[in-house]
Amino acid sequence: MTHSQPPHPPRWAQKLLSWYCRPELAEDLQGDLNEFFERNLRKHGLWYARFIYWIDVLKFIRSYTLRVPEFHLLFIHYIMINSYFKTSLRSLVRTKLFSFINVVGLAISMSVGLLMIALLSDLLSYDDFHAKKSRIYRIITTLQPKGSAEIELASSSVLAGKKIKESFPNIESVTLLRRGFGGDAQVGESIVPIGGLWADSSFFKVFSFTLRAGNPTTALRNPYSIILPEKTAHKLFGHSDVLGKSIRFDTTNYTITGIMEDIPKLSHLRFDALVSFASIDLRNADSDGHFLNWDNVYSNYAYVLLPENGHPQTLQTNLNKLCTTQNKSLKDLQILLSAQPLSKIVVGNNLENSIGPTIHQVAIWVLGGLVMIVILSACFNYTNLSIARSLRRSREVGVRKVMGALRNQVLGQFIIESVIISLLALVFSFLLFLALREQFLSLNPHIDNLVSLRISFKLIGYFIVFSMSVGIVAGFLPALFFSRLKALQVLKGTSSIQLFRRVNLRKSLIVVQYTLSLIFITTTVIGYHQYKSFLVFDLGFSTQNILNIKLQGNKSELLRKELAEIPAVKGIATSRLVTSLGSIYGTIIKYQNPTDSSNVALNFVDENYLPLHGHRLLAGRNFTPHTHENNSTEIIVNQQLLKRFDITPQNPSKALGEQIKTLDGKKYTIVGVLKDFHYGTVERKIEPFVMHYSPEESGGYLNLKINAEDLPSTMSRIEEAWKRIDKIHPLEARFYDDQIQEAYQQFSVMVKVIGFLAFLAVVIASMGLFGMVVFMTETKLKEISIRKVMGANESSLIYFLSKSFIALLILSAVIALPLTYFLFDKIVLVKFAYHQPIGLGELMTGFVMVVALASLLIGSQTLKAARTNPAKVLRNE
Amino acid sequence: MKGTHLGEFEELVLLTIAALSSEAYSVAICDELEKHTGRTTKLGVVHAVLNRLEEKGLAKSYLGEATNTRGGKRKRYYEVTQVGKIALTHARDIREGLWRVIPDLHLGGAL
Repeated sequence: MTHSQPPHPPRWAQKLLSWYCRPELAEDLQGDLNEFFERNLRKHGLWYARFIYWIDVLKFIRSYTLRVPEFHLLFIHYIMINSYFKTSLRSLVRTKLFSFINVVGLAISMSVGLLMIALLSDLLSYDDFHAKKSRIYRIITTLQPKGSAEIELASSSVLAGKKIKESFPNIESVTLLRRGFGGDAQVGESIVPIGGLWADSSFFKVFSFTLRAGNPTTALRNPYSIILPEKTAHKLFGHSDVLGKSIRFDTTNYTITGIMEDIPKLSHLRFDALVSFASIDLRNADSDGHFLNWDNVYSNYAYVLLPENGHPQTLQTNLNKLCTTQNKSLKDLQILLSAQPLSKIVVGNNLENSIGPTIHQVAIWVLGGLVMIVILSACFNYTNLSIARSLRRSREVGVRKVMGALRNQVLGQFIIESVIISLLALVFSFLLFLALREQFLSLNPHIDNLVSLRISFKLIGYFIVFSMSVGIVAGFLPALFFSRLKALQVLKGTSSIQLFRRVNLRKSLIVVQYTLSLIFITTTVIGYHQYKSFLVFDLGFSTQNILNIKLQGNKSELLRKELAEIPAVKGIATSRLVTSLGSIYGTIIKYQNPTDSSNVALNFVDENYLPLHGHRLLAGRNFTPHTHENNSTEIIVNQQLLKRFDITPQNPSKALGEQIKTLDGKKYTIVGVLKDFHYGTVERKIEPFVMHYSPEESGGYLNLKINAEDLPSTMSRIEEAWKRIDKIHPLEARFYDDQIQEAYQQFSVMVKVIGFLAFLAVVIASMGLFGMVVFMTETKLKEISIRKVMGANESSLIYFLSKSFIALLILSAVIALPLTYFLFDKIVLVKFAYHQPIGLGELMTGFVMVVALASLLIGSQTLKAARTNPAKVLRNE
Repeated sequence: MKGTHLGEFEELVLLTIAALSSEAYSVAICDELEKHTGRTTKLGVVHAVLNRLEEKGLAKSYLGEATNTRGGKRKRYYEVTQVGKIALTHARDIREGLWRVIPDLHLGGAL
């Protein structure tokens, strides 16, 4: 070992020491530690010596060694801010193009950031109006059926609620809710359909909804009491002074016992009316025989209010105990209850049977991440351009340093400058935000329903803090760079060396920017392609020109008669469910083996349904018409069902006449076998499916095959026919193809949002690249001129100038494209049982677009530089 | 006066400074103390005491010349001030006074 570099104490420890130690003590102390270090080195070796050095440095952190913070230096910042402001403004005005790129880039990227903040702020302040918000917990249910995946529900059983109410200690109050109250409210002659919740008398103890009139403790006590929010009262009566009046639902009269203030927008509980829990007619509700069963967990909600000193852990322990006792009565199912804080209801995991709007927290994280990337991209621009243009500012820094500015002060100056710029950008981005907000809210009714994004003082405060932090992030690297400049070097004029320092940093920032932009844009292109393929996906039956009319309780026979008279209606069928839109009806059936049962999806249709939709029968026949559902034991099944129960899947015609049983023992005969078709969305694999005969589906749909010619007049005739049958409810008729498009709307929203962010990312990255190209051609102008004089032609000059940028773009593509491919192939598209493969075309589209744009930017500038007259440039020398 | 009160360890350090005369800097003081008392003496403790002594005006310090050892850092040498000398003598007087009034001490037995 050569002794040219003797072992030295740990550098970080040395830095730490000189950072915290008082300057007057530092040297002596460092010397002492060095001496001990050398001693230990000789005696115990390098590692021990270093270790002891670290320990000693830490041990010397004492009150008398600590540096006194130099507050007067902060004060100098305050005095100097005027000067900083002035120089920042001057430099902004002097380099208009770069300032434009910086301010505009920051402004557009920050506008999506503002949107995100507004969204988050709304989501996090959900249910804040409940005074006891932090103490309210909802009881949620996890079903663990044997042999299949567990299901998480927001609802719980009435029994659970009652048990908690009766026997749990340490609970201030419990309120039970039930969803599904609804119907046509009749007041005098007017009929308005409304929907609401059943709630018990503790409702107002737990929640802080305010009653305008009526007694909160008694209003929900008696059966057939109803509380209306003012809005509903106005809809029904035209005014809200209606306490004690009655409303008729069907054959029952409800007495208004309370008028409530309107529900705030940011409330997860939403209803047109509250009806006392006691009015649930037990005979009716218990018609399925298990209203109070432990496993009837689908329609009720329990909210627990803990006392001031209550602990959710205790509640959970008691819930676990309750579950253990009650689960003994269940065979193939375990039910677990847990307490969910009120604050986790809106933003949290998606639960089935949710009441009110929810948003998955992953969606928030993904969206937030994407927005962050766009903002960082704009910050990169700022960093890049500032460092690139450091030549001019470095003289200023040199002079400042000579005049006595400390490194920290220069650092502060440049951070303050970038904060000033980002605050300037905030003004523009706020205007953009206002425009974006409208677009965002109208993107999807769900979003509009979820949040209002209203501006408040708190929100403005968040915005300012946000923009300042963006400024600090954007300005930190340049500020660090400037603060490290050596005054002497800068002023001596060796600055040309400085000019191309940090080239690697700048290059890597450009690569990162373009990689992210490419991932964004390729994601958009692939996503859009997939979305389009979902819409035209061959479902296995025809949806063209089929109009689905919701019967809303009307007899299908009546409406069918009216509609049959319209010549453009070529066929009419009924069905309980419109398939392929995401909702599914199911039941459990068995074949010969009594222990082997399976879940199957189900639809109830009449004899016209299959031909109207062009379903293909592989064997057997269509249903024979009956007058009543119960008279028919015929079913038509799909291939998967034959496969599942192994009923001659190879030869469907042999399955005809086979019988399957439902759980209650009814037997059904297979009369036909359908070719497999997609009854769910493309995310779902095709599984066993059964068509059951039913001629009358007043809760379902009429499916009309329509002649597409002269649609408006046909539609108006259908509307007239509907009005003759039902005077109260407006016609709800949708074309099948439109419904499918709606079923995939979430994807269209996603594509739109990501597409917009991709657009922003590309614009910002392109602006940054443009700035860099302009800067480079400006600084290399002399070199270009000399090359030209020496005989270089234009094309070789353009190649010379743009090759490094093109190389960066290609590098980004090499990183981004495989990454995106794997992201989709291995993570995203795996979730879709049926999807198109990713084509080379989609993968390359984004890249070609980005390269074309970049080449245009690079080309225009390099061409301009290559065409300059060398004489003009060189004469100035 | 509380400010000029001399603690036991402070007294030892001050005595060591006086004993080392012109070679009294922190590490040397540390070593010397170890040699005389037989206890391990931590640099941190000595450092804190030196700092306190200087604050009380019992010792004063100056920086020496830079050398090749210690990573080129200068040593801080200490010397006892007039006040320090008085304090030391005072402490010794108190002790001797007390020794003198002890009526009958069998040193032989104690050892």
